[in-house]
Amino acid sequence: MSVEQEQGERTIRCLVAKVGLDGHDRGAHVIARALRDAGFEVIYSGLHRSPDEVVQAAVQEDVDVVGISILSGAHKTLVPKILDGLKEYDAFDDRLVLVGGIVPDDDKADLRGLGVDEIFGPGASMEEMISYIREHAPDR
Amino acid sequence: MSDLVADLLAGKHSALARVITKIENRSPGYRETVSELHQHTGHADVVGVTGSPGAGKSTLVDKVAAEYRDRGLTVGVIAIDPSSPYSGGAVLGDRIRMASNAGDMDVFFRSMSARGSLGGLSTATTDAVTALDAFGKDVIIVETVGAGQNEVDIVRTADTVAVLVPPGSGDDVQMLKAGILEIGDVFVVNKADLDGADRTVQQLREMLQGRGGGAGHHGAMAATDESAIGPDTEGDAADERWDPPIVETVANRSEGVEAFISVLEDHADYLDRTGKREQQARDRFAAEIRTLLREDANELVSGELDRHGGIESAVDAVMARETDPYTVVDEVLAPLRECLDAENAP
Repeated sequence: MSVEQEQGERTIRCLVAKVGLDGHDRGAHVIARALRDAGFEVIYSGLHRSPDEVVQAAVQEDVDVVGISILSGAHKTLVPKILDGLKEYDAFDDRLVLVGGIVPDDDKADLRGLGVDEIFGPGASMEEMISYIREHAPDR
Repeated sequence: MSDLVADLLAGKHSALARVITKIENRSPGYRETVSELHQHTGHADVVGVTGSPGAGKSTLVDKVAAEYRDRGLTVGVIAIDPSSPYSGGAVLGDRIRMASNAGDMDVFFRSMSARGSLGGLSTATTDAVTALDAFGKDVIIVETVGAGQNEVDIVRTADTVAVLVPPGSGDDVQMLKAGILEIGDVFVVNKADLDGADRTVQQLREMLQGRGGGAGHHGAMAATDESAIGPDTEGDAADERWDPPIVETVANRSEGVEAFISVLEDHADYLDRTGKREQQARDRFAAEIRTLLREDANELVSGELDRHGGIESAVDAVMARETDPYTVVDEVLAPLRECLDAENAP
């Protein structure tokens, strides 16, 4: 039997987005599945999305978490565009923005300064990510 | 009027998104929000798209939305995916197919999961359509996997229902007999470039001929004649029947999309011409009122049951043959009955 949704109980929604020319989506798939199994609703963007598309998806789907997977090293150009777009649509303040991928330490501080909440690099565990999301998902 | 409703009516995308979230979560205050929106609705054409997994629904919806945008119309899409009954989680992947409308905010695409709530989903879908309608969308498309009563209820939200059938799927066409065949106002054989498409069209046509009058999605519908061309425009408007056409499309190449849209338009004209649109709306609101009444009454009753010690203790007593189900129900409902009797006393 299925579990009935309690009135008022919130399901956390996450966008898992692949942005730019980076074609490596195995990691994003694994993360999408893990988040699903944790009971979250996951919207997967598909490959090669532009920052505009990520913003469109994040706004329309009203996700709690915007997870951006970038393995190409283009985070310094792509992530700020996404953050600006979210702000433009008034969809930045009550959202977690997470970046997953290979981000050099020097860039991490910059991204955090721009408004990225957390960065998960190689070696980060699923449990770590899931409990971070549970703990920090915005109150709405 | 709440700020959220004011923002939605002013065309703020994030407000529309948040209203749908509230509807999905049944957050406190969502009922008032939907109530406030109701008076602003009634302007959108609502199209339901259903069909078996892999039939090409999302791809067709993407192309149809793009075509509507070319014609200067705004579009809302609600795509419903199943969720895991175990974890409650879901991966909602329909968005991947929305490539033709990437970055176009005037196509508002929203994924919803079934969240394992029986029946509740059709209420949530109806309310989400209300939100998109009040926002001012010209066309609203509701897309769902066609597999059972839940989906049938969902597509009832729509003015026009399109059923997608992939070719070469004799068994799928057989499957359609079980309830889906009756709800289609238009049938789409997608992937019509594949082998077996002609045969599928033929099978569908035969089956539609056997469908007969009566139990259609929108009341009176009758057997089709040989042709798969649009509606018969002769005769008395009110008695006019709609013969569901069969359209062939190759959605990933946009082939047949215009033909599909013109059939949707024909059906919209037919609904207006015959007064059936109004009748459908009346039926829909009647069904909605009944559903809400049932849900709210259920909630009252289960609260009352809890005050009587809950279902488990009632079952224990019935198992021990101390009482029986009828007596339990009579006892639980006794205070309600008294209230109502007092209310209705002369």
